[in-house]
Amino acid sequence: MATDTRSDVRFGGLAGADLLELHRRMVLLRTYDERSVIYHRQGRIGTYAIFWNHEAIQAGATFALGADDWIFPSYRESAIGLVRGLPAQTILQWWRGHPSGWWNPADWNVASISVPIASHVPHAAGLAWGKKLRGENGVAMAFFGDGATSEGEFHEGVNLAAVMNAPAVFICNNNHWAISTPLEAQTRAETLADKAVGYGIPGVTVDGLDVLAVYGAAREAVERARAGGGPTLIECVHYRAAPHATADDPSAYIDLARVEEERANECLGRFERLLLDAGVLTEERAEAARKDAEDLMRAGIAAAEAEPPADPELVFTNAYVDPPENFRNG
Amino acid sequence: MAELTLVEAVNDALHTELARDDDVMVLGEDVGRAGGVFRATAGLLDRFGPDRCVDTPLAEAGLLGGAVGLCMAGWRPVVEMQYDAFSYPSLNQLITHVGRYRWRTGGRMQFPLTIRMPYGGGVRAPELHDDSPEAYYVHTPGIKVAIPSTPADAKGLLASAIRDPDPVVVLEPKLVYRTSRGEVPEGEHVVPLGEARIAREGSDVTLVAYGAMVAVCEQAADALDVSCEIVDIRSLRPLDERAILASVAKTGRVVIVHEAPRTAGFGAELAALIAERAIFDLQGPVLRVTGYDVPYPYWTIEDAYMPSVERVVAAVNSLT
Repeated sequence: MATDTRSDVRFGGLAGADLLELHRRMVLLRTYDERSVIYHRQGRIGTYAIFWNHEAIQAGATFALGADDWIFPSYRESAIGLVRGLPAQTILQWWRGHPSGWWNPADWNVASISVPIASHVPHAAGLAWGKKLRGENGVAMAFFGDGATSEGEFHEGVNLAAVMNAPAVFICNNNHWAISTPLEAQTRAETLADKAVGYGIPGVTVDGLDVLAVYGAAREAVERARAGGGPTLIECVHYRAAPHATADDPSAYIDLARVEEERANECLGRFERLLLDAGVLTEERAEAARKDAEDLMRAGIAAAEAEPPADPELVFTNAYVDPPENFRNG
Repeated sequence: MAELTLVEAVNDALHTELARDDDVMVLGEDVGRAGGVFRATAGLLDRFGPDRCVDTPLAEAGLLGGAVGLCMAGWRPVVEMQYDAFSYPSLNQLITHVGRYRWRTGGRMQFPLTIRMPYGGGVRAPELHDDSPEAYYVHTPGIKVAIPSTPADAKGLLASAIRDPDPVVVLEPKLVYRTSRGEVPEGEHVVPLGEARIAREGSDVTLVAYGAMVAVCEQAADALDVSCEIVDIRSLRPLDERAILASVAKTGRVVIVHEAPRTAGFGAELAALIAERAIFDLQGPVLRVTGYDVPYPYWTIEDAYMPSVERVVAAVNSLT
């Protein structure tokens, strides 16, 4: 199959094999998300935060990272570890409320999923700064939404990274909605990237549905961070085309016509058309990527469901290295 | 042995632990150039350099959140919160991350950070320089809490906290930062967490206290004719239940003293422990002498809030 694709075409500085890998990762994330909504409806996972049409941001930005670099996800990027090979089974267990859904961040250089909004931004700043102090390589990339930029810890984290000249990249997923709160109720700033001015760091705005634009901005930011140029804020703009989570009904507040527009322009199809038209990707290859991803999800959910129920003893495990004697008293 | 004030002993501990372990670093507001507003971090910047004694932006949540990331990069950060109440903006980090992150990784990643701060009232300071926030900390799972009352313990407990594999909050009673000197072992000195100190042996009444209230209990004991045993618990979590229960078994009477507001203060936890485990040893009700359920007052009238020798004496007299 590989023989019938063109490897000489370059988009956004990426050649054939890289473009196909980027496509594969988007398919993987898309499939994870679509299957998860079904699994939720089947009662096989709990409440789930949908990231449909956020794949260009997640795959594009992380494609600029090396193995030593760290990813700090919010719950909207729950499955972002897939791009590093983190098993689907693990992430599914996280959404199934099973303790085996937690991983060691150091195994994947992927921090734990941060549920409270923006409070992981200082962690990314601290890790990047701490690595720099030790003379180690490593850029920290944190993901958060538009609503997160209203939080104090967004400000405190980005400011700390800027002051310490830490090698960090802050990826704002501006999908225009924080559950039901629209962007204009969140800020009076013309763009969220403008906030970078206040920190003395570069801020850029890109089309969040254009994976190559996201990748390009991230690559520049990562290169600058590595070269000692400090952090960058990248705002990836799109419009949320799916509910906030499985428990949300956006028809009560969202502009449904705009959602339809956005869905018609969804990021994976857009990238696929580009690659197909250029001869980089074939229909067969795209189908194979989808099938691989579906197989991975089937195997992942089967493995998750085959795991024995969690041992209730785990209630008492892991809160402390050296627990207080009385902590089992209830 | 050196004769040091409590805050000098804190400084001694920081110098000793930074010299002992290259992964230990100090960060906070005004900890570097100024050496801390109470001089607790004096000399660290000159001795260990700007990478290991860091003046941070004025942002407590960012400071503590940054320390979480520093742990992930292999550091053992010691975070100074400039004052008790200034730590409140960092409670989100403490509750949502510091106390939970290890658990969240299935026990596979450690967060050996220390948060230390001056706490407590009686120092004629403006609003929000006087609080006793220990209950917020000790109520947070995943966190350990130590409170020294003597210079030697200030050094030894802080050393323990820094070496501990779990996050530890050390509250330093600023009222007694410089009121007296005590013998402090030179070089490495470690006081284990979870071991109470019998500050004074006695047989009639047990006074349970920590921080600056230990000295108040000692003065009350001096003023009383009955024999008071004073248990300086030193560590709220882990708590030395055995030492408290042993003293209650001996005396049968208990007065718990703390300056934090009364309701759901740590004294309630101590009283519940004694009620559950030592009810048949008791010859009277467990009494508390505490601050009141009000905001810490204006300093010209703060003495009306702080537990006094007279209030402790009155409580003991009502039991005997």
